[in-house]
Amino acid sequence: MLYFARWKIVVILAICLLGLVYASPNFWRSDNLGTNLPSWIPHKTVNLGLDLQGGAHLLIEVQTSAVLQERLEAVEDNVRRSLRDARIGYRGLGVRGSAVVFALREAGDAGRARQLVAERDGLVTVEIDDAGAARLQYPPEVVVDVESAAVEQTLEILRIRLNELGLREPTIQRHGADRIIVQLPGVDDPDAIKELLTQTAKLTFHLLDQRNADPAAAAPPGARWLKGTDSLGQVLDYLVEKRVRVSGERLVDAQQTFQDGQPVVSFRFDSVGARQFGRTTGEHVGRPLAIVLDNEVISAPRINEPILGGSGIISGSFTLTEAQNLALLLRAGALPAPLVYLEERTVGPGLGQDSIDAGKAASIIGMVAVLVFMVVVYGLFGVMANIALVFNMALIFGALSLLQATLTLPGIAGIVLTIGMAVDANVLIFERIREEARVGRGVIGAIDAGYDRALKTIIDANLTTLIAAALLFWFGSGPVKGFAVTLAIGILTSMFTAIWVARLMVVLWVRRRRPQMLPI
Amino acid sequence: MRPLRLIPPDTAFRFIALRKRAYVVSILLILASVASLAAQSLNFGIDFVGGTLIEVRTKGPADISAMRQTLSALDRGEVGLQEFGQPTDVLIRIQQQPGGDAAQQATVAAVKEALGDSVEEYRRVEVVGPKVGGELIEAGAISVALALLAIMAYIWFRFEWQFGVGAVLALAHDVITTVGVFSILQLEFNLSTVAAVLTIAGYSINDTVVVFDRVRENLRRYKTLPMTDLLNRSVNETLARTVMTSVTTLLALLSLFFLGGEVIRDFAFAMIWGVIIGTYSSVWIASATLLWMGVRPSATDELPDDAEVARTLGDR
Repeated sequence: MLYFARWKIVVILAICLLGLVYASPNFWRSDNLGTNLPSWIPHKTVNLGLDLQGGAHLLIEVQTSAVLQERLEAVEDNVRRSLRDARIGYRGLGVRGSAVVFALREAGDAGRARQLVAERDGLVTVEIDDAGAARLQYPPEVVVDVESAAVEQTLEILRIRLNELGLREPTIQRHGADRIIVQLPGVDDPDAIKELLTQTAKLTFHLLDQRNADPAAAAPPGARWLKGTDSLGQVLDYLVEKRVRVSGERLVDAQQTFQDGQPVVSFRFDSVGARQFGRTTGEHVGRPLAIVLDNEVISAPRINEPILGGSGIISGSFTLTEAQNLALLLRAGALPAPLVYLEERTVGPGLGQDSIDAGKAASIIGMVAVLVFMVVVYGLFGVMANIALVFNMALIFGALSLLQATLTLPGIAGIVLTIGMAVDANVLIFERIREEARVGRGVIGAIDAGYDRALKTIIDANLTTLIAAALLFWFGSGPVKGFAVTLAIGILTSMFTAIWVARLMVVLWVRRRRPQMLPI
Repeated sequence: MRPLRLIPPDTAFRFIALRKRAYVVSILLILASVASLAAQSLNFGIDFVGGTLIEVRTKGPADISAMRQTLSALDRGEVGLQEFGQPTDVLIRIQQQPGGDAAQQATVAAVKEALGDSVEEYRRVEVVGPKVGGELIEAGAISVALALLAIMAYIWFRFEWQFGVGAVLALAHDVITTVGVFSILQLEFNLSTVAAVLTIAGYSINDTVVVFDRVRENLRRYKTLPMTDLLNRSVNETLARTVMTSVTTLLALLSLFFLGGEVIRDFAFAMIWGVIIGTYSSVWIASATLLWMGVRPSATDELPDDAEVARTLGDR
């Protein structure tokens, strides 16, 4: 028992030292000391969770069903056009649930209809029964692909939008099949950002329909009524052609600039867009061109001359921020599906700091109470257990910093709890040593037997808690995960410090002093 | 300095003899928990039922009744207001709004507008939609159930199966009564509470394992000792450790309860309850179960009656 291999001693001391070194940046985080230190000293600190540093956590759902719906509507359009062009009679064409249905007038056309659909869209499956009733559907794996692609695209667009806002370290990640988590440290009033994130930003250019019509009545065929605000701030009804002349997908750039002192947005098309735009403006000089964003007319300027360069300007009654946001949204592109916020948790900086302070106070007072209590009960051995406890804390913070784990408020609770429970291993050992000494073993025999017998119990007891921590990690979310991480790290480090660090101290003490009596 | 002995060596409390009284206490606790759960359920936080929670700091001491009037006028259903930690801090709870996830979001905006200038700082805003709440309940229930199963499997693996049953009975006892206390006192039951319940499970089993370990050791050492005496001996031998660890853990938790801030207080409370109930159940539920499960097939144990118990305790 008294024998401790030299390499073991070295390893134990090295781990403790590493713990101290990696934990140390957390203590000079707040002052300037850190900036003057050489670069080989680790500088990673524990990540504070949003509940401690303040910030907003948003859980967003991508409504992927809308994407499928849109695809089906496109299929419906294609079918209508193809059948009409091929002069095949049909009726009852429409989208029903997750399928496009129609009925052929002549069941004999089934073969041709099938071929026409396949030419347009090879992914859709076509069922036509003997009576001529047709049902067009996407196979489940295609639906999954389409929806997954929509989520990925949304993720990319949101990333661009967030990055362009110039926020401090926003994070965005996919969560499950159709969800996205956005974390915005330091943002305590996320309302404006939330609105910006969920805006579809679908931009289209249409000609205004110049027929006379009554806004209260239904729009004539091929056109629709859209609302819009003119430069005087008046809400008007515009009769807009359904046909999209140029789509926002063709934009390659958009910037906020000024025109006559008014904030406007300048844009530039790619070559295809430039051609479409040039043709539209060239053929319709004198007519108003409606710029439509998310089904609302931003402005409808008159075309004065053909615009062939592929760039232009959107002027509306924008404020500076509105113009900047519009430019940003156009650069990032339109969302493929609507977004809904499922969950929002925002913590202001005040509460975060209060939680840190309270957590610090609770940890320090709890720790001091445990340290004093251990010395009172176990004397010298208590001091050794305490030194092990201090190393334990260093190892926990070192590990959290190294793993770049996130420390949350429940995580702090986990650490405080660890302080109380960490001494358990040493308590088990010390009580066992006392017992063995009582039945008449000598100093070394008692210590030896104490460690030996307590070890099994310690491992059994800690593994069960570790199981609970693992489950917390897998099933918990957000802050609870943070708690599980600190609890699990605390269990591992406390086993190490009790079984190796404290034991090393006991052994070195026995070797040096050769005590005849146990001070315990 | 001479070390202090919190528990004198060689105690010989006859714990097991008190088991019948402990059963009565435990059964009453469990009945009360179940009755309360049936009658008033749990005070679920927004994590589980959805809804909105806003913590505000007002300029000057908050006039809660005026705030209640202002917010009731918004017509958003039940609005709960509660002073939170200090007179300027108010916790506002608004129930789940009909109309899906978007309706929850609109509520926050309405509240912010209604409160207007009286608010110094929005310290916390949490909005949980109906969909997420349901999922969190499911995940919470699964994690608790799995934890119980995994721990039982582990004990089964390390000990005889009777120990596994004893450990799980003790564990179920602790979980039910902890949830029961939350129901009886109508404390808010949220995600942190689930974490607390799982940690209590870990702590309780930790305590049980220490006693069981000693029982197993003593079973090998004293082959002829009556089971009751053997269990008493095991509990007594581990008593000093049990008390020490409970005290250090409680010291840390009390510090957390009083100093850790409002947000963490219910969590600390649940844990304090868990340490106490977990220690109790290790002795009187887990160990006592071993008695009637018959860990040692050959043992024909003489059980002392209660009169003897009273005398023994009086002697000490």
